[in-house]
Amino acid sequence: MSEQPISLEAHHLSCIRDDRVLFEGLSFSIGSGEAIVLEGRNGTGKTSLLRILCGLRRPDEGEVRWQGIPIEKNYVDYYTRMAFVGHMDGIKRELSALENLRLSRSLCGSGNVSIEEALETLLLTGYEDIPTYYLSAGQRRRVALARLLATDARLWILDEPFTSLDREGIALVENLMDEHVGAGGAMIMTSHHEVRLSTPGVRVLNLSAREAA
Amino acid sequence: MTPGRAFLDLLRRDLLLAMRRRSELANPLLFFVMVIVLFPLGVGAEPKLLAQMSAGVVWVAALLAALLTLDSIFRSDFEDGTLEQILIGAHPVPMLVLAKVIAHWLVTGLPLLLVAPVLATFLGMNPDAIGALMLSLLLGTPVLSLIGSIGVALTVGLRRGGVILSLLVLPLYVPVLIFGAAAVDSAASGMPVTGQMYIMAAFLVLAVTLAPLAAAAALRISLS
Repeated sequence: MSEQPISLEAHHLSCIRDDRVLFEGLSFSIGSGEAIVLEGRNGTGKTSLLRILCGLRRPDEGEVRWQGIPIEKNYVDYYTRMAFVGHMDGIKRELSALENLRLSRSLCGSGNVSIEEALETLLLTGYEDIPTYYLSAGQRRRVALARLLATDARLWILDEPFTSLDREGIALVENLMDEHVGAGGAMIMTSHHEVRLSTPGVRVLNLSAREAA
Repeated sequence: MTPGRAFLDLLRRDLLLAMRRRSELANPLLFFVMVIVLFPLGVGAEPKLLAQMSAGVVWVAALLAALLTLDSIFRSDFEDGTLEQILIGAHPVPMLVLAKVIAHWLVTGLPLLLVAPVLATFLGMNPDAIGALMLSLLLGTPVLSLIGSIGVALTVGLRRGGVILSLLVLPLYVPVLIFGAAAVDSAASGMPVTGQMYIMAAFLVLAVTLAPLAAAAALRISLS
């Protein structure tokens, strides 16, 4: 594994939605071994911020830089090393977990964990070949999260990753996050649940507190 | 992972998905067959009249059948979030759009092309014109899918994009219809069709090169 340090910088980001300023002049950076938990009330722009960081949405002002270069100019490297799990699982219900992850790997590059190992880690052994249509919502969420392991992602961007997971699943995913950040990865996530991470590099960024200040 | 590999994998995935949703597969074909079969019942079974109209009827039916299925190019991928994943993949989006459009054409356009000669004969089309019909559909239906992909990419984020999609796409379909039907008519009256075919081929080349770029840009707008 190439353990080159990573860095993502948000530089003076602004987001305006329906004539309402969600945030402006937002700057922060994140590097290897760090994690940011975004907090804020509903409608404060957490999801919009994550979509801007992914390059799915353009910021109204400012830019996002990966390794110091704006992401639009560095997208091949950025998109092989970044993985995003949004509100939607991004998996096809007619296809099995295996088929879904195989496509993810050919779109984003494959890591050194095999698909079977990734699914095993998320306790999906025995469900690899079943169309995900037959899985429960929580199991589908786990397939989506298995994508983080099966691709070569060093930066995880997660929007409400714990949705529909059971208590055991949440603990499992928190463990994976700790391992990932501990191994020099980085992570930005939102969550309505309390996130219990044991790595030291966890910061909280509260979007509604900024607005009040 | 090379871009070519991603192109083939996405193409294969879309074909596999189509195989798992067979009922949707039959839909445009059934529509195409029904329109053409019902037509003589409506206008009367006058052989000369039918033969005269056959080129236009087959082409209009093909065009409407294509329109009917357009939404499926991106709709389901948009709804389950796989479209986002394609956009944040490490490969050029226009290339992946092209893979999706090719898969869509193989599933919806190609079957129409294959049954068209049977239905044209059924309408009493001059046998000399069947070859021109096949060739014009072979050049024309991919153009319909490609132009349509731009329209769908623009409207996929709207809750009720159906009407806007038709309004956006139909005017752009008209030239294809005119030259396609004209080619078949010329062939039926024993005239050369090279002129029309070249124009159709030019449409196809233009659409293959530009439509994926436009659709990729439109998808970025729809998803932001």
